[in-house]
Amino acid sequence: MGKEKLSFKAVHNSHSPKITVWWFFLVATCIKILLFPSYRSTDFEVHRNWLALTYSLPLYQWYFDETSPWTLDYPPFFAYFERFLSSFAHLIDPQIVHLQEGLNYSSNKVVYFQRVTVILSDLSLLYGVYRLTQNLDSRKQKLIWSLVIWSPMLFIVDHVHFQYNGFLIGILLISLSYLEEGRDLLGGFVFAVLLCFKHLFAVAAPVYFVYLLRHYCWGGIVRGFNRLLIMGGVVTAVFASAFGPFFHLGQIQQVIQRLFPFGRGLCHAYWAPNFWVFYIMSDKGLAFIFRKLGFNVQTPTASFTAGLVGDSSPFSVLPKITPFVTFIMVILALSPCLFKVWKNPQPQMISRWIAYAYTCGFLFGWHVHEKASLHFVIPLAIVAAQTLEDARHYFLLSIVSCYSIFPLLFETQEYPIKILLLLLHSILMWSGFSAQFYGGAETARVPTNSKKKADQFGSEDNSGAATKKGFVIGWIGGIYLIGLVVVEIWGQILHPLVLGDKFAFAPLMLISIYCAFGMMYSWIWQLISIVKSV
Amino acid sequence: MGKGKKEKDTTTNDDCWWWLLQKGTTAVFVTVGLFALLVRVAVSLHPYSGAGSPPKFGDYEAQRHWMEITINLPIKEWYRNSSSNDLSYWGLDYPPLTAYQSFVHGLFLRFFHPNSVALFASRGHESYLGKLLMRWTVLSSDALIFFPAVLYFIIVHYNQPSRSRKSELAWHIAVLLLSPCLILIDHGHFQFNCISLGFTIGAVAAILSGKDLAASVLYCLALNHKQMSAYFAPAFFSHLLGKCLRCKHPILEVLKLGLLVLGTFAAVWWPYLYSTQSILEVLSRLAPFERGIFEDYVANFWCASSVLIKWKRLFTTESLKLLSFTATVITCLPSMVQQIKSPSSRGFLYGLLNSSFSFYLFSFQVHEKSILLPLLPASLLAVEEPFMFRWFTQFAMLSMFPLICRDGLVVPYLALLALFVLILNAPGQHRATESNYFHKYLGSATMFLILCCYFVLHIVYLTMHPPEKYPFLFEAIIMNLCFSQFVLVTLGCNIKQWLLNKPANLEEIEKKHI
Repeated sequence: MGKEKLSFKAVHNSHSPKITVWWFFLVATCIKILLFPSYRSTDFEVHRNWLALTYSLPLYQWYFDETSPWTLDYPPFFAYFERFLSSFAHLIDPQIVHLQEGLNYSSNKVVYFQRVTVILSDLSLLYGVYRLTQNLDSRKQKLIWSLVIWSPMLFIVDHVHFQYNGFLIGILLISLSYLEEGRDLLGGFVFAVLLCFKHLFAVAAPVYFVYLLRHYCWGGIVRGFNRLLIMGGVVTAVFASAFGPFFHLGQIQQVIQRLFPFGRGLCHAYWAPNFWVFYIMSDKGLAFIFRKLGFNVQTPTASFTAGLVGDSSPFSVLPKITPFVTFIMVILALSPCLFKVWKNPQPQMISRWIAYAYTCGFLFGWHVHEKASLHFVIPLAIVAAQTLEDARHYFLLSIVSCYSIFPLLFETQEYPIKILLLLLHSILMWSGFSAQFYGGAETARVPTNSKKKADQFGSEDNSGAATKKGFVIGWIGGIYLIGLVVVEIWGQILHPLVLGDKFAFAPLMLISIYCAFGMMYSWIWQLISIVKSV
Repeated sequence: MGKGKKEKDTTTNDDCWWWLLQKGTTAVFVTVGLFALLVRVAVSLHPYSGAGSPPKFGDYEAQRHWMEITINLPIKEWYRNSSSNDLSYWGLDYPPLTAYQSFVHGLFLRFFHPNSVALFASRGHESYLGKLLMRWTVLSSDALIFFPAVLYFIIVHYNQPSRSRKSELAWHIAVLLLSPCLILIDHGHFQFNCISLGFTIGAVAAILSGKDLAASVLYCLALNHKQMSAYFAPAFFSHLLGKCLRCKHPILEVLKLGLLVLGTFAAVWWPYLYSTQSILEVLSRLAPFERGIFEDYVANFWCASSVLIKWKRLFTTESLKLLSFTATVITCLPSMVQQIKSPSSRGFLYGLLNSSFSFYLFSFQVHEKSILLPLLPASLLAVEEPFMFRWFTQFAMLSMFPLICRDGLVVPYLALLALFVLILNAPGQHRATESNYFHKYLGSATMFLILCCYFVLHIVYLTMHPPEKYPFLFEAIIMNLCFSQFVLVTLGCNIKQWLLNKPANLEEIEKKHI
């Protein structure tokens, strides 16, 4: 009922951006609450187990406990976060935090409690996006808020599937907002904190390192060295407060092993739409051709669709990929961006660079989850409204990446939900971008508007050519998006009708491959735009 | 993701929703419609009435049972008690159009999940797929009937040049499509009100656009889907009569309408017209007088006053029937007379509200769910009467709260209530300082007090047990509070409707609109 009161206040100063951003958040919250009873993945039980484990066990057993298969594999800050939540969980229902009796506990109490914690932790996203947009004009603000706060991917992954991505990405956005303001020390500090929440965000660490080195620590040997020491001290302090206790207990090796389970194989059970999809497919294709040509090609014992993969090579022709290879690939892909950062570290580019880093990690990383595309789709939303080209790219990217996580919700009950979320998102983007880039001209009521527009467009021809028309993404993009619909119809209707139960994995594979094209396009587009930028 | 409502005056300073609005009515409607669908799908994840509570279950089982009956028995036996159709177990008690709709939906269910509608064997059937398919029947009905009807109404209503404010239009679509009570009852509790209400909105829109013949057909369809639609009958009747009397050949016009109504009825009732007995058989199912003047707790006159006067003990059912009939007629007479004297579009909308209110407050056998009927014209009037609409919706929600608690829908109730308030207060909203009778009569202190009671009652009802001596104490308090507010609303609207007659007043209103 608190909402009620708040909105009464809204009546009086309805133009304040703070109230408006809260309004966006609260509307989203209502939908999130309605989604309480929806499907939840094993990640729900994972987090419940972590609540129980951190509550019931002393610190030195956290990373050793194996009561449940869902062992703790996030860095210590996240464990502390779970410990914090577990004290409330205990008040709500002691069974939630019981190590044995709580296993697979699924009463309304535990579901509501954990869902509410996700909603509340989303406040960091609200704060992050508000900080990042506070200096923009109010139209762009609202557009960005609707892209981020109403992101369909966050709804699907966090509030149905169950995870805390909104919270973590919120921390990332806060860090970016400090960097954009030029408060590098705080930005670096917040990023270090983020790494201690979830180490997968470390993919962007090289960009952070180079940026901070050049932007914060550069300029004079004494000053630079001092600053380097300060930054180093801050980051070390953060890591010490996270890992210190475990270091002290001599468990650091165990912690590291838990955090980096490289035994898990190159791809996740459902292939994330990244570069390795092409690699696997060309391996299969080559093996097929060689067999036709009469070579004796051994069929690999390990399978890609089976989830946990052992040591044997899953490839029949192409060389085996090791974690080290993926690491090198990511660094190579990142290097043009690092070079740019080194040459000209400018705060207004940082969101793009960080997003690009996560894109590289997504495309070439080891055992990437399809959810990881959130890490760059959300930060890119911040810059999506800057130029028409950005908007076109973002439009395509966010639809593709949202579609690529559809297989997460495989139950029929949630089917209309994911479809509606994506449609709504697309139409919001479409009308938002059209209005942003084509709509202002005719009204011309705000003089500053047209001026702003002029600086926004690097190339004037873009703005002039398509005025009055809707927002267009070009025929290639259009055909690609129509293809998505075809892929979906094939997977949902035609495949079961035509092939029955045979090749049940094929529709998922098709989605991966098809979306991988979109992701590759996005990577190349980002790479080019970064290389071209002045 | 919500896109919700946008609202805003496009001509003044910077507004929030310009980017949604500049694409025109259809784009706005699609956006808001998708959002409304999303909300409905999300609500439908929650339990339905009578989930997991044998032996009678609830409205969900009733609807499923009707599908079972209609697809397995010949049409003539649908309303007849027989060895294969036990009328005491959720027998069909809605008019034939509901039965046809059940038949179509039954075919749909049978195609995907035959067990859920097997004769006899499916009693109390509950399954994941069964629930899903049932939910989808309501969703599709909503999307196919209610949504287009709202679009039709919006197009007609905002066609008049004086009402062309786009922001208002968008806000109005949101308010109509996101009515929390309707969503809760249809997609949570489980009913098909969207169909009869959709036909009613269609009829209203047709009248506003001057297509009286189409309107009467649509209204007859509504009436043949749920007999409760008769709550609107006095308004339709008086408005159409008033219009006919102003024509060149009044008798001819009335005859035309009368024949059309008879024709529509005949078409819908065709399978039962072969004998008087079969007609009476169906009719007797539609008027369940044996169930008493009110059921459970409903915020109408009889229930509210039964705290003091034990109607059910003092009077026989026969005399109560007469009493309630007289009270209903007397209370809707003023608004009818006004419409016959000077029929107008605005007056018609007020008339709908007033006549449905007098039925809700005074007629025989009213359900708490019937509040949806007066709510409909109130939401059509939301732009003219924003305060009345908000106040009314809040108390309509409260009046259904005990029912919602029984169904286990408290979470969606709170979420929808919050969403409703958020939409009413969408940022960038143009707030005309309305001179409304509520402020005048109530004063802000009283209103604040009532609002406090409103929240406290929710909390008390959820957390406390009533004293053993009065197990229904909280329900009674809730119903009396709601009743008092409903009376205020309908009094205010009756007065407003009559004030429309004053030409001076009309001008003032026109001015406000321009």
